[in-house]
Amino acid sequence: MKELPQDLLVALAGQPNSGKSTIFNMLTGARQHVANYPGVTVEKKWGRFKTNKYKVSLVDLPGTYSLTSYTQEERIARDFILTEKPQVLIAVVDASNLERSLYLVFQLQEMNLPIVLCLNMMDTAESRGMAINVQALEEELGMPVVATIGTKRIGKRQLMEAVERAAAPALKARLRPRYDDEFESLLERLETRLDEAGHLIDSLPRRWLAVKLMEHDDEARRRLLEHTQLSDDEAGRELVNYVEALRKEFVEGSGKSPEKVIAAGRYNNAAEIVRKVVGGLGAGTRTMTDRIDSIVLQPVLAPIILAGILLCFYQITMVYGANLADRCFPLFQAAKDGAADLFPMSPDLIRTGLLQSLTVNGLVGGIVAILYYVPIFLILFGLIAILEDSGYMPRMAFIMDRILRSFGLHGQSTLPLILGGVVVGGCAVPGVMATRAMKDEKARLITILIMPLMNCMAKIPFYVLMVGLFFTWYKGLVLFGISLFSFVVALGMAKLFSRFLVKGEPAPFVMELPAYHLPTIRGVLGRAVERVWLFVKKIVTIVTAVMVGVWFFVTFPGIGFEREMYYDERLAEAAAELYQSVSPSNPYRRYLSGTNLVELMHFRTRLKEAQKNVAEDREALSAVIRKFAAENPALFILANDGVANDGTVDDEARKAASAVKRFERSVRTISRDRRKEIVDTSWAGQAGRALEPVSSLAGFNWRINIAIISSFAAKESLVGTLGTIYSVEEGTQSGTLEQSIQQAESDWTIWHGLAILVFVALFPPCLATLIMIRHETQSTGWMLFATAYPIVVGFILACLVYQVGPHFL
Amino acid sequence: MTLDEVLPGGECIIRDVNLDGAVLQRLLDMGFIEGVRVEVIRNAPLLDPLDVRIRSTLIAVRKSEARGVKVEPL
Repeated sequence: MKELPQDLLVALAGQPNSGKSTIFNMLTGARQHVANYPGVTVEKKWGRFKTNKYKVSLVDLPGTYSLTSYTQEERIARDFILTEKPQVLIAVVDASNLERSLYLVFQLQEMNLPIVLCLNMMDTAESRGMAINVQALEEELGMPVVATIGTKRIGKRQLMEAVERAAAPALKARLRPRYDDEFESLLERLETRLDEAGHLIDSLPRRWLAVKLMEHDDEARRRLLEHTQLSDDEAGRELVNYVEALRKEFVEGSGKSPEKVIAAGRYNNAAEIVRKVVGGLGAGTRTMTDRIDSIVLQPVLAPIILAGILLCFYQITMVYGANLADRCFPLFQAAKDGAADLFPMSPDLIRTGLLQSLTVNGLVGGIVAILYYVPIFLILFGLIAILEDSGYMPRMAFIMDRILRSFGLHGQSTLPLILGGVVVGGCAVPGVMATRAMKDEKARLITILIMPLMNCMAKIPFYVLMVGLFFTWYKGLVLFGISLFSFVVALGMAKLFSRFLVKGEPAPFVMELPAYHLPTIRGVLGRAVERVWLFVKKIVTIVTAVMVGVWFFVTFPGIGFEREMYYDERLAEAAAELYQSVSPSNPYRRYLSGTNLVELMHFRTRLKEAQKNVAEDREALSAVIRKFAAENPALFILANDGVANDGTVDDEARKAASAVKRFERSVRTISRDRRKEIVDTSWAGQAGRALEPVSSLAGFNWRINIAIISSFAAKESLVGTLGTIYSVEEGTQSGTLEQSIQQAESDWTIWHGLAILVFVALFPPCLATLIMIRHETQSTGWMLFATAYPIVVGFILACLVYQVGPHFL
Repeated sequence: MTLDEVLPGGECIIRDVNLDGAVLQRLLDMGFIEGVRVEVIRNAPLLDPLDVRIRSTLIAVRKSEARGVKVEPL
């Protein structure tokens, strides 16, 4: 009988740039999930795979060089191992850099769990002339070793088999790194002492705890106290005092600090093993990375290349991305029209049903306005992924550190700032999240605080709209100017914050510059799609809610029965006038009243819409005409200015048709007047108007106020809200928002546009960002501060532009 | 002599790391151990940080940190 497969929890650990994620992908394929570790935003990736005996859950731990308590990733990785106790651990190491990789492996060994060593990137090692004796390494380490090439998916089966072997309970005793003799005897004493208190701290691996305590690890000490406190407060403190005494004894005896001895011990062990198992260590050959660096990091060329790369970002996203977006847009537009078609023709000529209005204007309209930008984001995220995967990103930090540091930031602020949108549009949420990798707490807090000033990609639809309205001449230049402007303000604020607001000492800057890699299409596309998907998910949740809320605010409380009657009367008057204006002998007169008239008007709308959709295509146009003429010849003649399908012109028909045209115009006026009144008197209109006395200092009218207020929930909704506001005012006819705004705001000058741009460029973060800031700073105060100061600074600058600007030009 | 004083292209042996806390631990983790050979590859365009090679890995360190690494030129 075949045994049922058992569940097996396996963790994947490794240093950054060891190809850990390629191994994860190789093992789990598409069955992956991403979430956050509870309480923090470090990504937790897990997936599943099956072996003969086991159903394996594989958890990808954060990539770390070591397992200290100084960084969040390292704490998370080791806490997972200590508390979740995976049954097997796969340690991924870079075969071409075995010595440093083993430094981490030894620390994992001390945590006392079965390990499989995944000797990855064997191809790189071989290309450097290294020959690794896998058998010998297995014996030296006392653990299964599997050679793999993650990028080529080589070694998958062997790795799975090794996991099975390691999961079997009877595995020979594992070797551990030996420190120097003096220190070992000290460790032994501490371990014995810990053993005596064993019942109190049973869940922690003894040797690991001893080493960590000697390493002066705060977290280990805290755990020790925590575990002992439950039963005996005194015992815990005694243990801590004992550790302190041991450390002191060691420092006085040897003149060295335990931290150095421990690190040296690990590295010496590693060097010894490498000497035994690695042959043909190529002595100082110039690698491809060296050659690329000698150009890319050359003092004069480096800034030029960096600027060139950033400029390419603009060009590709703004020009090619916009092109792609234009091609995709008809698709989304069709979705909106399709949504409108779902509803039956309304018998009312000046009103659309509430449900239809909610769906078409509130929901679909808002989402469609944003989906337009998805292709642009796809390209942008692809480019960022290329920067990350190629290995250029840390070099940017290397080039930029000196400048950023003088503003209280850090070279590593480069990535969060780019993700946040310093270049051309990003998202403050991943930007704030990415600050997690920063070791410098002070620079990290400052980076988080200026993140709201970055050009979040949700602002870009709005920029593009405003640029289209006011600055058609140099689109790219103006967008570049906006980025530059917000970056300059952000740097200024950063400097202020570091001087006067944020206290603390700068932390270490010690950063690996990894070997260059050619990014894989799969990796880049995967990441780009993943991030766009996260963005789209945010749209469906937050933006949909906001759009519906906004729709409510601009639709209710409504204008009341009396005013509705007034518009009905005006419509009746217009209809009567139409009927009167056609002589009783006119054979078409019977189509011009009652339900016949409603049918005629809908027919006319449909015909015009269909004609507009195929405007350029003569053949399609005549097909449309044939179709409508066949559907109802009489209505067709009336709707088509009195001209029949065969081109004959009937005098009576022409008279009736021009009367219909006049009527159509009055219906539109009535309908627009009514909608305008509804928006004007709506809750949103009231709020926007209440703010107008203040906001007019910067030239904002109440419509802009509404859009700005509503965009607080998510800036994606800024254009969407404007779409709702202006399309509610102009009816549901298709047509670009730009035209609608131009029609409604004909008195706007370039200074209106500039003031709005300046304010929006510095506008406060969306709710999601605020929640993230709260999370990352662990402080509601900082969150509120990050909300308030951009409003104040942005408004002051916008007022300056609007008030002072016109005097100069 | 300290690491920040080594000119690009120069090689040296680490004698001691006179730092403590997070900086010390980080340098130790990256392999800045007594007796290890370090090569200074280049300075960043604005002369700071440094790009050094240690155990065939390239690592960027700020001059302020490099100042705490005591070295002996080769």
